[in-house]
Amino acid sequence: MARMSMREAISSALWEEMERDERVFIMGEEVGVWGGTYAVTKGFYDRFGEKRVRDTPIAEAAIVGGAIGAAMTGARPIAELMTINFAFVAMDHIVNEAAKLHYMFAGQIKLPLVIRTVSGAGRQLGATHSQTPDAIFAHFPGLKVVSPGTPADAKGLLKSAIRSEDPVLFIENATLYQVKGEVPEDKDYLEPLGKSKVQREGDDVTIVAYSKMVPAALEAAERLSAEGIEAEVVDLRSLRPLDMDPVVASFKRTNRAVIVEEGWRSYGVGSEVSARIYELAFDYVDAPVKRVAQAEVPLPYNARLEQLALPQIEDIYQAAKEVLYG
Amino acid sequence: MEKKDYFDLYREMVVIRRIEEHSAELYQKGKIGGFLHLYIGQEAVCSGICSVKEPQDRIITSYRDHGWAISAGIELNAVMAELLGKADGCSQGKGGSMHMADVEKNFWGGHAIVGAHIPIAAGMALGDVYLGKDDAVTICVFGDGASNIGFFHEGLNLSKVWNLPVLWVCENNQYGMGTAVDRASAVSEIRLKAEGYGMRNERIDGMDVMTVRKKAAQILDSIRKEGGPYLLEIMTYRYRGHSMGDPERYREKDEVRKWEAEDPIGIFRKYLVEKGIATEDALNSQDEEAEKIVQEAVDFAEASPEPGDETLFEHIYAEPTPIEYRGYALEKKSEGK
Ligand SMILES: Cc1ncc(C[n+]2csc(CCOP(=O)(O)OP(=O)(O)O)c2C)c(N)n1
Ligand SMILES: [Mg+2]
Repeated sequence: MARMSMREAISSALWEEMERDERVFIMGEEVGVWGGTYAVTKGFYDRFGEKRVRDTPIAEAAIVGGAIGAAMTGARPIAELMTINFAFVAMDHIVNEAAKLHYMFAGQIKLPLVIRTVSGAGRQLGATHSQTPDAIFAHFPGLKVVSPGTPADAKGLLKSAIRSEDPVLFIENATLYQVKGEVPEDKDYLEPLGKSKVQREGDDVTIVAYSKMVPAALEAAERLSAEGIEAEVVDLRSLRPLDMDPVVASFKRTNRAVIVEEGWRSYGVGSEVSARIYELAFDYVDAPVKRVAQAEVPLPYNARLEQLALPQIEDIYQAAKEVLYG
Repeated sequence: MEKKDYFDLYREMVVIRRIEEHSAELYQKGKIGGFLHLYIGQEAVCSGICSVKEPQDRIITSYRDHGWAISAGIELNAVMAELLGKADGCSQGKGGSMHMADVEKNFWGGHAIVGAHIPIAAGMALGDVYLGKDDAVTICVFGDGASNIGFFHEGLNLSKVWNLPVLWVCENNQYGMGTAVDRASAVSEIRLKAEGYGMRNERIDGMDVMTVRKKAAQILDSIRKEGGPYLLEIMTYRYRGHSMGDPERYREKDEVRKWEAEDPIGIFRKYLVEKGIATEDALNSQDEEAEKIVQEAVDFAEASPEPGDETLFEHIYAEPTPIEYRGYALEKKSEGK
């Protein structure tokens, strides 16, 4: 184990996989000479050269489309979209091509492709640059959607994504890059795609979260614990496929759940998870499931207003108390 | 040009420079947040063009928009207040540095998705033609990097197919973030891309405000008379990083210094003195005046109130529409009422 930041964990996963497999290469805006807008690929250009660390024009459709094409021929591209807000420019290629080609041509085409991108708010970037539209991408069968909440998971999941034969949208969060944690150093350390994970055990209430909301949920759980309430925190890690087993197992013990996401509530991750709880564990429901999410406004620039719209640790704490005590 | 016009033009360029310098400081102090893209070095472009545009001409640009906002006529107070996210900002603190607008001034916004405003500009020109406002030209400003995204090609093609009155202004400052033009664009002369659409085009020096002004006046006039779009590529340079916190690993200090020697404000100063239009003293007092009004705008912005909580839910829709979810805490509060 080594203690490292989320940034270092992601960076080391990329580095190790590029060293392991010549077919792996990176393409995206500012990934090379600049070293990555979030410094994730710092030093890669010098080590791997311009053939494998490719600065692209500002052309998201060509980044994703180009990566799909290269993957079709047997290369293993990692396409980087500077932020998920620019993924909309590449939406057709993500949705109509990446998610469909394997199926439509009855398995003849494989897309061993990773699209890395950054989601989330809280940095005063205004309405177009602060979205958390992760759930939209999880809507499409054929695409795998992964979003880690800890450095160790980030490394293990990204390595699995790179080794996967399927297109994976790998969603990071800019405000988590500095977060530190213990990370296995084994070069073959892999975390399975499509498996949720219990990040904290507890018998009183189930808190379901992913990405940035995982550390937030863990902090809320500590506050609850100080009052004698033990929350179980289940980290989804993957939005598609969505693994409900640990959620349901936990819920059958606690009978109460709070689902937390940074994005908007309507048609969101919480909508899906709570619907499945009712489908899979209706007899165990002791209180209506609660969803904590972002207020349904395009986010403003003003810092105070932005924070007002975003889910806070306090909200998770309050929601947990409400599902317990009504 | 009257003597006063020269002074106004000069002072405006200095004001823009000072606004940006103050903004950098305010960013460092944490009073401006988010992304901040400074316009320093490019002042001759917005000032030159706006000095010859007609009031009915529309302007739409990218996130590097402070200079354009000021040249388009937005009050300095409203620009500075927007940078600080205050209630008196031109976008009431909702937009920030990248999203200024004042439609009364025919300034239709900074837009932060690269190239996204290009087809929108074609549409604004379409709207004007459609509604019979025949003498308006839409001036659409974007960077060299934006000429590589599909939006650019779709927008330019449409404007030519429908013969729309758009002045496409490419501010070629030689880099899109850290990527030099020739590393990202198949042709390093961006104007050549217009050739593919059979569109008139020209490349000019953007460090000399008089050149920009003269050219823009001619082209606007010809669009008004003959109709149709025109791509004007303006060669310029940004002296600061792409945005605050740019490590600037992609260019040499010497290159920046070389361009700083071509300072558009310095060039215009020299021109004014050599032509006998202004004395050094007169220009110095313009500098002082600029510094004074910028400082006043900063003071105004600092004193301006924060937008109220309820404004978070204003302007989601133009029509009265229920708010679907106010966030956990606010929802609880309103339930308790
Ligand atoms: C669709 C999209 N992709 C990427 C970005 C991130 N981005 C913001 S500005 C920029 C560079 C733009 O360069 P250029 O068009 O030359 O304008 P300049 O910044 O030089 O004024 C990039 C890549 C974005 N905002 N939108
Ligand atoms: Mg540029």
